[in-house]
Amino acid sequence: MADTGETTLLRFRDDAVPDEPAVSLDAFFDQSNATAVRIEAGDDVRLLLPALDRVRLVEIDFPRFRDGRGFSSARILREAGFTGEIKATGDVLVDLLWFMRRCGFDSFAPDAPLNLADVEIALNHYPNVYQHAADDAVPIWALRHPELNRGTADNA
Amino acid sequence: MYQYDKYDQAMVDARVAEFREQTRRRIEGHLTDDQFKPLRLKNGLYLQLHAYMLRVAIPYGTVSSRQFRMLAHIARKYDRGYGHVTTRQNMQYNWIKLEEAPDILADLATVQMHAIQTSGESIRNVSADQYAGAAADEIIDPRPWAEVIRQITSFMPEFSYLPRKFKIAVIASDEDRVAMRWHDFGIRIVKNENPENGAGEIGFECYAGGGMGRTPFIAYKIREFLPPTQILSYLQAVLRVWNRNARRDNIHKQRMKILVHDLGEEEFRRQVEEEFQNFLALGQDVPQAEYDRVAAYFAPPPFETGLSDEIDRSDPDFALWADRQLVAHKAPGYAIVNISLKPTGGIPGDMSAEQMELVADLAEKYSFDEVRATHAQNLVLPHVRKADLYAVWQALDAAGLAGVNLDLVTDIIACPGLDYCTLANARSIPVAQRIAERFADLDRQRDLGELKIKISGCINACGHHHAGHIGILGVDRKGTENYQLLLGGSGSEDVSQAKITGPGFDEAGIVDAVERAVDRYRELREPGERFIDTYRRVGFDPFKESIYG
Ligand code: SF4
Repeated sequence: MADTGETTLLRFRDDAVPDEPAVSLDAFFDQSNATAVRIEAGDDVRLLLPALDRVRLVEIDFPRFRDGRGFSSARILREAGFTGEIKATGDVLVDLLWFMRRCGFDSFAPDAPLNLADVEIALNHYPNVYQHAADDAVPIWALRHPELNRGTADNA
Repeated sequence: MYQYDKYDQAMVDARVAEFREQTRRRIEGHLTDDQFKPLRLKNGLYLQLHAYMLRVAIPYGTVSSRQFRMLAHIARKYDRGYGHVTTRQNMQYNWIKLEEAPDILADLATVQMHAIQTSGESIRNVSADQYAGAAADEIIDPRPWAEVIRQITSFMPEFSYLPRKFKIAVIASDEDRVAMRWHDFGIRIVKNENPENGAGEIGFECYAGGGMGRTPFIAYKIREFLPPTQILSYLQAVLRVWNRNARRDNIHKQRMKILVHDLGEEEFRRQVEEEFQNFLALGQDVPQAEYDRVAAYFAPPPFETGLSDEIDRSDPDFALWADRQLVAHKAPGYAIVNISLKPTGGIPGDMSAEQMELVADLAEKYSFDEVRATHAQNLVLPHVRKADLYAVWQALDAAGLAGVNLDLVTDIIACPGLDYCTLANARSIPVAQRIAERFADLDRQRDLGELKIKISGCINACGHHHAGHIGILGVDRKGTENYQLLLGGSGSEDVSQAKITGPGFDEAGIVDAVERAVDRYRELREPGERFIDTYRRVGFDPFKESIYG
């Protein structure tokens, strides 16, 4: 990523950009060949789970940056094993990006352009994390206990 | 008490750098005021009438001497020489300049303190029993779990833009000293004593959906027994059900208590349990080993053994103080000392930088370096040898900190009210002062016994008027300050919600009304009854008659 200028599209994936427009959840179920879905803040993203294997892109909208429902939507998709693109749209501000990345968003199409230098700083403020999320960051408690093998159920 | 390791320190330092950066972007105009507001709130900066207020977290109310001296330093350097202990065991400063806030946070970070998530729609600082580690009645020290919860709820990505604030309290005894059931999420640590399958293991009894504000609710018990190492899964389940389903269209209806009420206790519990299974299956909970690591920091201090339990009571002023302000300690020869921040005519919870330093010195010398803040806006020295009590009292007395009123009628909780707060309808502090002056006579106070008065300057209830034995609520009546009287609330284990008596009063009138209610109690009480007991026995009407008679 260049570190100067502004952008209205940030993408953290190497695959081809899906070219199909995202359709509403209702339209998605009406069109059996649709592969891109748009989730509004009030939608129940779990309705999509049975059909995930035909989805390439999920757009999750943030009508106002204070409305944090989309964070849960993205993480639920990742928990269900979704590996396609999750794009945040709408009132996406630079100070939300770190949290969004951790919830599984891997592309961003904000209404207002983001300053790339600010993005770079905002994504790299924190050296660690205190808990698991949808990313592969290792929580601080696990760093403190290298003796624990996370492959086994150590908290049973 | 807990000490940061390199990871904790790096996270707090990163937070300071981030906020410095955000403040710069605000000052340079890259962030609108609306965009900056949640960012500053998540760092404890709240805009009041005359200046910014900064709320510094005192996790579970425990603070060291070194930290307390830093709080004094901040009062002196960045404020007007005062700090204010809040109802959630934090320290608040009322005269802060925005451009200095990053420096204050940097100063705090040097003593392992912060203001992270102390305001705004955040998971707030975790409250815990102020007598933790000292109380004779606790099952275990609740603070290690509170510290684990502090860490896992810091910067939670999914829950960083919640519908509203979210407050957690943890207690470990039958007695509730933190108003646990008035929190969004409450934990009472219990021991499994079931003879059928009881192995004496520790678990969490969980409560959800409490809160004050304009629509008060007492939290429901939503789980009898949660294995403590599943707390992260369980908390995330609660938060996710709320985050996904809460209203987002009306700020007054977005607290979790409203959702719990709207869904109903049963349905809320069902959804939480379903989500809980989902989180458990991810295997992301904090293991016992991490709890053990944290708990080691809270190992009991090296109490001396063989100490005498005698207290030399030959000085009558000291004896008076000792009778009221001391609480039984679990170690023989030690006492828990309560320091009143409610001098007659003073501002409840306020203290000067000099007083903070004096308390820090006393803690260092006499209380294994620990001070506690209480939800009733007082302080505690948790571990004082009985043999040292007289010296401690003398030092407190010389600093104006030897008030004798723990849980008495002048031990009033009051919010900042119209003196500071933009949302206020009426002043709280002067009403607290007038009541304290009216009942200043100590013999009268002692005769009246436990009586908790709580005052809020508006319906947001920061002064806990819903939980007062006597509550006072400031309202705006045709542009003038007016006060409603409430009776019968409690924030303790006998939790209840106070009820409005009737038409309101002006400032002088409310003090008279309180006095009439109190006089009525004296007429009606049976031996050994507290105000609240009499009220519960005889009901509302006899009091109402005297108040409006
Ligand atoms: S109760 Fe009202 S007046 Fe008092 S601090 Fe809260 S918002 Fe302000």
